[in-house]
Amino acid sequence: MNKVVSNADEAIRDIHDGMTLMLGGFGLCGLPEKCIAALVKKKVKDLTCISNNAGVDDFGIGLMLKQRQVKKMISSYVGENAEFERQLLSGELEVELIPQGTLATRCMAAGYGMPAIFTPAGIGTEVAIGKEIRNFNGKDYLLELAFEADFAIVKAWKGDTMGNLVYRSTARNFNPLMAMAGKVTIAEVEELVEPGELDPDHIHTPGIYVHRVFKGENYEKRIEQRTVR
Amino acid sequence: MLDKEGIAKRIAMEIKDGYYVNLGIGIPTLVANYLPESMDVVLQSENGLLGIGPFPFVGDEDPDTINAGKQTITMLPGSAIFDSAMSFGMIRAKKVNLTILGAMEVAENGDIASWKIPGKMVKGMGGAMDLVASAENIIVAMQHVNKAGESKLLSKCTLPLTGINCVKKIVTELAVLDILPEGGFKLLERAPGVSVEQIRNATAGKLFAEGDIPEMVIF
Repeated sequence: MNKVVSNADEAIRDIHDGMTLMLGGFGLCGLPEKCIAALVKKKVKDLTCISNNAGVDDFGIGLMLKQRQVKKMISSYVGENAEFERQLLSGELEVELIPQGTLATRCMAAGYGMPAIFTPAGIGTEVAIGKEIRNFNGKDYLLELAFEADFAIVKAWKGDTMGNLVYRSTARNFNPLMAMAGKVTIAEVEELVEPGELDPDHIHTPGIYVHRVFKGENYEKRIEQRTVR
Repeated sequence: MLDKEGIAKRIAMEIKDGYYVNLGIGIPTLVANYLPESMDVVLQSENGLLGIGPFPFVGDEDPDTINAGKQTITMLPGSAIFDSAMSFGMIRAKKVNLTILGAMEVAENGDIASWKIPGKMVKGMGGAMDLVASAENIIVAMQHVNKAGESKLLSKCTLPLTGINCVKKIVTELAVLDILPEGGFKLLERAPGVSVEQIRNATAGKLFAEGDIPEMVIF
């Protein structure tokens, strides 16, 4: 049950052109920055990326967009990225914008082995176009399908060699949901420990969901909106 | 006429003791600054936090601790962290008592448009569609007219919708208005120094202003 790989390059070794990836994080918080850097280096392309945001121009998924590695983005909010907006408005990039709760719950459904969910988000809007609507107790709900992803790439605070993961603060966000949802799940962690060092009661993602884990060095953890008192 | 802080102060008066509240980005975020200290209110951040604290002091910024606007924040005693699915679970299950968000347009039937200007601006809906589809108590904080001087309170939204029949109350720099169940904007209060006529001129949708409309009292 040892899931440890040596680094990001080894973890993403079999990610190929045209694959669908889930990438954890909310903005730049809890972002798997080591794997993204490795994907940028590898220049793998025609990717479909499921991630809440698209990074900023010079960090996160923005780096992959700049190299035109992304064919399609599935996100809820992309307001922080000028190059993204340019590629979208010019039609170079295919984009599916979906409600944030729908995005999270479609990941969750995949990890729970459920094919679909019902949500009221998007009823009466263009998000509902072409989707099945069911009425429960007088209210309309959209049928939304569980995601399918070749790889889920997440960032955790601590992980053990068996792939058990613990996240820190709001860097948790989409990470545990995506960790459950990948055909192959890669976790990069700040601290890699031996089995037994994490309290079983405090584990957020059980190792059964995680296929590869490695310790990332020198996290930049860039702050998007530094705001102080 | 109110400035942004004034709008935030007036909205803060709508929050009741014991509420769990979701504050959107922009003017709604400012509302947190005007909650009375005596009031027991928990702020929800849809990236996965209950109990948003003040901004950190210089040097105390934690890149792992941000709000939905991606700003560095602090947590409070009793704060709780959860994943994004649970965050929208508690919203969908109506555990959050009040949602305050911005808008580009609101229609007299309670429709809201806030996420897209076709061909010009595409930022995405973020959590707004989930919030407006489930929340029972939604207040919109926005300017009464857009930068071109056109009313944002319309008979029908012209921009792509975020949600339908959902907005209950609007606070602008000019007025406090309710959306009537049968449709239309009911004028409740005028901003200091603003006349009913000014509000009527800035409102494209149906406006009901009956009797003497009081001026806002802001503490």
